[in-house]
Amino acid sequence: MQRKKECVAMLLAGGQGSRLYALTTNIAKPAVAFGAKYRIIDFPLSNCINSGIDTVGVLTQYQPLVLNEYIGNGQPWDLDRTFGGVHILSPYQAKTSSSWYAGTANAIYQNLHFMKMYNPEYVLILSGDHIYKMDYAAMLEEHKATNADCTIAAIDVPLSEASRFGILNTNPDGSIYQFEEKPKIPKSTLASMGIYIFKAEKLFKYLEADDANPNSSKDFGKDVLPAMLNAGEKMQSYRFQGYWKDVGTIASLWEANMDLLGTDPEFDVGDKSWKIHSRNPLAPPEHIGANGVVKNSMIALGCEIDGVVENSILGSNVVVEKGAVVKDAVVLANSLIKEGATVSYSIIDEEVTVGKNAKIGVEKNPNAEIVVLGRGLTVADGIVVSEGQKHEKDILA
Amino acid sequence: MAISAIGVIFSNMHEENVPELVRRRTMASIPYGGRYRIIDFALSNMVNSGITKVGLMTSNNYRSLIDHIGSGKDWDLARKEGGIILLPPFSEKHDRLYTTRLEALNSLQGFLNHSNENYVVLMDCDGVAKFDVADIVAYHESKNADITLVTHEREIARKSDFMTVATDEEGRVNEIKLSPHVAKGEKVNTFINVMVVNRQFLLNLVEDSVTHGFTSFEGDVLVKQLNSLKIYAYEFKNYYAGIDSMSAYYKHNMELLNKEVRDELFGDRDIYTKVRDSAPSKYGEDAIVKNSLISDGCEIEGVVENSILFRGVKVEKGSVIRNSIVMQDNIIGQNTTLDCVITDKNVVVSDKKTLGGCSSLPYYIPKGTRL
Repeated sequence: MQRKKECVAMLLAGGQGSRLYALTTNIAKPAVAFGAKYRIIDFPLSNCINSGIDTVGVLTQYQPLVLNEYIGNGQPWDLDRTFGGVHILSPYQAKTSSSWYAGTANAIYQNLHFMKMYNPEYVLILSGDHIYKMDYAAMLEEHKATNADCTIAAIDVPLSEASRFGILNTNPDGSIYQFEEKPKIPKSTLASMGIYIFKAEKLFKYLEADDANPNSSKDFGKDVLPAMLNAGEKMQSYRFQGYWKDVGTIASLWEANMDLLGTDPEFDVGDKSWKIHSRNPLAPPEHIGANGVVKNSMIALGCEIDGVVENSILGSNVVVEKGAVVKDAVVLANSLIKEGATVSYSIIDEEVTVGKNAKIGVEKNPNAEIVVLGRGLTVADGIVVSEGQKHEKDILA
Repeated sequence: MAISAIGVIFSNMHEENVPELVRRRTMASIPYGGRYRIIDFALSNMVNSGITKVGLMTSNNYRSLIDHIGSGKDWDLARKEGGIILLPPFSEKHDRLYTTRLEALNSLQGFLNHSNENYVVLMDCDGVAKFDVADIVAYHESKNADITLVTHEREIARKSDFMTVATDEEGRVNEIKLSPHVAKGEKVNTFINVMVVNRQFLLNLVEDSVTHGFTSFEGDVLVKQLNSLKIYAYEFKNYYAGIDSMSAYYKHNMELLNKEVRDELFGDRDIYTKVRDSAPSKYGEDAIVKNSLISDGCEIEGVVENSILFRGVKVEKGSVIRNSIVMQDNIIGQNTTLDCVITDKNVVVSDKKTLGGCSSLPYYIPKGTRL
């Protein structure tokens, strides 16, 4: 008997995320930290395992070290399996050629042999750029029920933002008659979430055709999906309702972090019915000191807080010394905010040291811009970093 | 770096000292320090010193322990070679389970025979400390000892279940007393239930004890054979939390609120524990938290002072928790006050309750209680 998997997931995780500036200098976007203890990739991986999909290929290309280390053998997501599980798929050298992944479709094409190992009926294509909880099994059910060749998950977006997305123009029954990539004048507000389910044999066929086409840019949205539509394949939309956030910019990453706060948060990572799994930091409980004030914040293990923390998200082992104030900020793991320093409306990457009495950013206001301090940098005592600045190197004077 | 030693952990010893906490669990699985169980410290000490094979002796109520340990992967002890090996009760006579350490060791013969390391490190779960096990084994080796007892100078609150040790200048033990009278507040050098023994020697010793009908390791082996065996003491001088009474349990947990104690226990190495994938803790608009340890998954809307909150605790609005230990998944309703209280796992305290004890006698609420 040939063993098989009904559905294999392919997660595109090679993106650089250049609009995240210093945060992605050394790591791929899906490895960017989020919500005090998570990384972006925890969300699609948790969605997979929670949806019963236990075979996931993760396609990496840009700065893969942190991501590879993080995923490891997949055990934190229960994705260490004897048949299936999570696999890192990086570009490779072949006998006659070797090439980097030239586009989303090409990345999947180069790993046809991986998918075929599992003899799947369906392939789920995911990206590692979004924060959301989604039951892919429900989408697969609908895909089967409509007997579609391709089902695209879609969400309603405000008309003003629709031209940033791939827009689906659909019939009343949800079938797609037109696919427009970032249209200047959108006809609908139904945006593709970059989540596709294909009948495996159709996907393989169109990927092979796409590869042979010298005029193709090897992209799903621009090439493969329009080609399928033009050939008259059955394309369905799957409407998703719920929280879904692209965290591709500094502002949206900051906002998505803040969406976790409050008693009735926009996005609840503590939801026990849809657990978000992650590789956990080994750290003792956080300690709030005698002078510590913590309000409306999310704090990860190992923090030592003797200063003021408000409306903020702190990663593991962050130290906020006495007299320091952290407000409307995201501070990633192992950073140190020294005595008397102020951090406002900022994203501080891992292992940053903010010197005594330094002043980072301005009080949050509608016109203010977020400060970004890159991984491992040091801000000397008393330095003022004005709003909107983005630094990758030490600020010593 | 690997050392030629295997570990043996006794998970049930000394349970009589904290009867409330072990009613439905082993000594080893008593929650400690916000997100740990006592055994995490013993296991982490061994793993961090390069031990990769640990036998876990259990005699009763070990379901919670099995649940905690799982495959051992959280301690890096899910291994093809060695790893964690559960040693549940075993008796050839089918009449009764072992009750003493010597009988327990007797049932360990198979485990010891199937190892080829030179030394066995034995630990009970009645203490929390950072031991450099490799250093203790090196000491044992340098003394060419049969048995090395780890000792610590401390006060003794109870009347039984302890052993004082005196040595000559070389560290060789020349006097052992079983539960002698100790004046209140007096510090004595006591055995802290951690020892190193040569594996082959231990096998012979156990066999010999069986043929002689010995039952007590302390009385029949250590005391009676003090002069014929090479017994040495390794004095442990760093922070040690002996969990030998409810008030000691409370006191030592509270000591973790001192940075020096936290640095000593957690500072430069990892303490492993079971991973639960809780969300980070959340602090509400009205939260006031001072000098407290808060674990992952907590949601705090009230006041928490000088307290330790385990994983997944909810503190609702208007409630005040002071000088208390609140274990996993407790829900503390609105406008409720706890002072000097230890609530075991899954306790629910409804609105407008006031509960209190005192620091020498904290008020204990058993697992699963609904108030």
